Amino acid sequence: MFSKALEFIVGLFVLLGLAALAVLAIQVGNATFGNTDSYDLTANFENIGGLNVRAPVSIGGVRIGRVTAIELDTELYSARVTMTIEATYSELPIDTSAAILTSGLLGAQFVGLLPGGDFEYLADGDEIELTQSTIQLENLIGRFMFSGPESDSE
Amino acid sequence: MVRYRISTRLIPMPMIYAMIRTIGELGARTVGMVRWAGKGAGFLLPSFLGMLAVLRRPRLIIQQLYSVGVLSMVIIVIAGFFVGMVLGLQGYIQLSAYKAESALGLGVALTLSRELGPVVTALLFAGRAGSALTAEIGLMRATEQLAAMEMMAVNPYERVIGPRFWAGIISMPLLAAMFSVVGIYGSWLVGVGQFGIDHGIFWSTMEAGVDFGEDILNGVVKSAIFGVVVTGIALFEGYYAKPTSEGVSRATTRTVVNSSLCILALDYLLTSLMFAGPA
Repeated sequence: MFSKALEFIVGLFVLLGLAALAVLAIQVGNATFGNTDSYDLTANFENIGGLNVRAPVSIGGVRIGRVTAIELDTELYSARVTMTIEATYSELPIDTSAAILTSGLLGAQFVGLLPGGDFEYLADGDEIELTQSTIQLENLIGRFMFSGPESDSE
Repeated sequence: MVRYRISTRLIPMPMIYAMIRTIGELGARTVGMVRWAGKGAGFLLPSFLGMLAVLRRPRLIIQQLYSVGVLSMVIIVIAGFFVGMVLGLQGYIQLSAYKAESALGLGVALTLSRELGPVVTALLFAGRAGSALTAEIGLMRATEQLAAMEMMAVNPYERVIGPRFWAGIISMPLLAAMFSVVGIYGSWLVGVGQFGIDHGIFWSTMEAGVDFGEDILNGVVKSAIFGVVVTGIALFEGYYAKPTSEGVSRATTRTVVNSSLCILALDYLLTSLMFAGPA
């Protein structure tokens, strides 16, 4: 009753299922097997807008890491963003600045880094001091609508 | 003993009888439900022990994997393909109104890996494999094969229930993963092939937005839980089916109805536990 053919078919079924899981893991979800080396940086922003945990961190559009935590700094009352950067990009100058940018007009927000020119490099746990908050469309429109006469009188 | 008398002038006697009968029926139903729960627990414990015991004879599990998993594969793959194509079509029509067709890959992948993959697979699995399990074991009961096993000192929980339980629990996540993958390729065919969304954008938005741990692993856990529920209900109903042809047919119906309802209700609970809002 029990045959080698049956064993083979069941084996094929299990392998196909595992292959499907692998496709899901690698092609669909960005599984990182075996923690790649990385280091953490923090930055305080006045306003992070709609930045989410897991949002990309990039330099010139190239992704170098992702946001791992967002919390409120209760001393400064500003948003404290922790991001993890791949170890390959360990030579970021100490005067690197960070800005929260939006991909496209309504796209997702991400942290963009702009490297400075210093010869000292940021190390694990360091803080990026030069930050630029997100540009809030509402404020921009508000300023645009109520500017004009007032700004002329000044 | 004090006798209370209800004035029959205010309430006619037949009505009082009907009320008493209703209350009695309610009580009987409650008792029945509690007994059912007890029976279920009494079924699960020896099945679990049987599952442990059958690990020494993996051949029995492989045999069941064939009839439970392999034979369900065709329907799962075909259904997944069409569900994915429909998702691609509807998603494209809705998203293109906002010029956001590029999010199609992401939307389809999230829908399939989080919800539709596990749920539709479990529903199909209940219809295809669950009903077959109930009918098989119910007939074993009706033809007294289970009693014969006990006579020969073979524990039916080890020989019959255990391997089938394993097969259900192993097959469900694999089938759900196949469903999701085939579905994603189905929507790719519609989105990229028919409507001309950029191939690279389709995959890259998916890759950027789907998280392995949160979305895919949770989907796998979900489908494994559905596997336990569907297989458990199917085996339970078969094991306690009335040993008549009508009893087996009723048990099969109950398997499909109960496990489908359980899947849908449990899916809501699991989703609210696993994806409890933005972190």
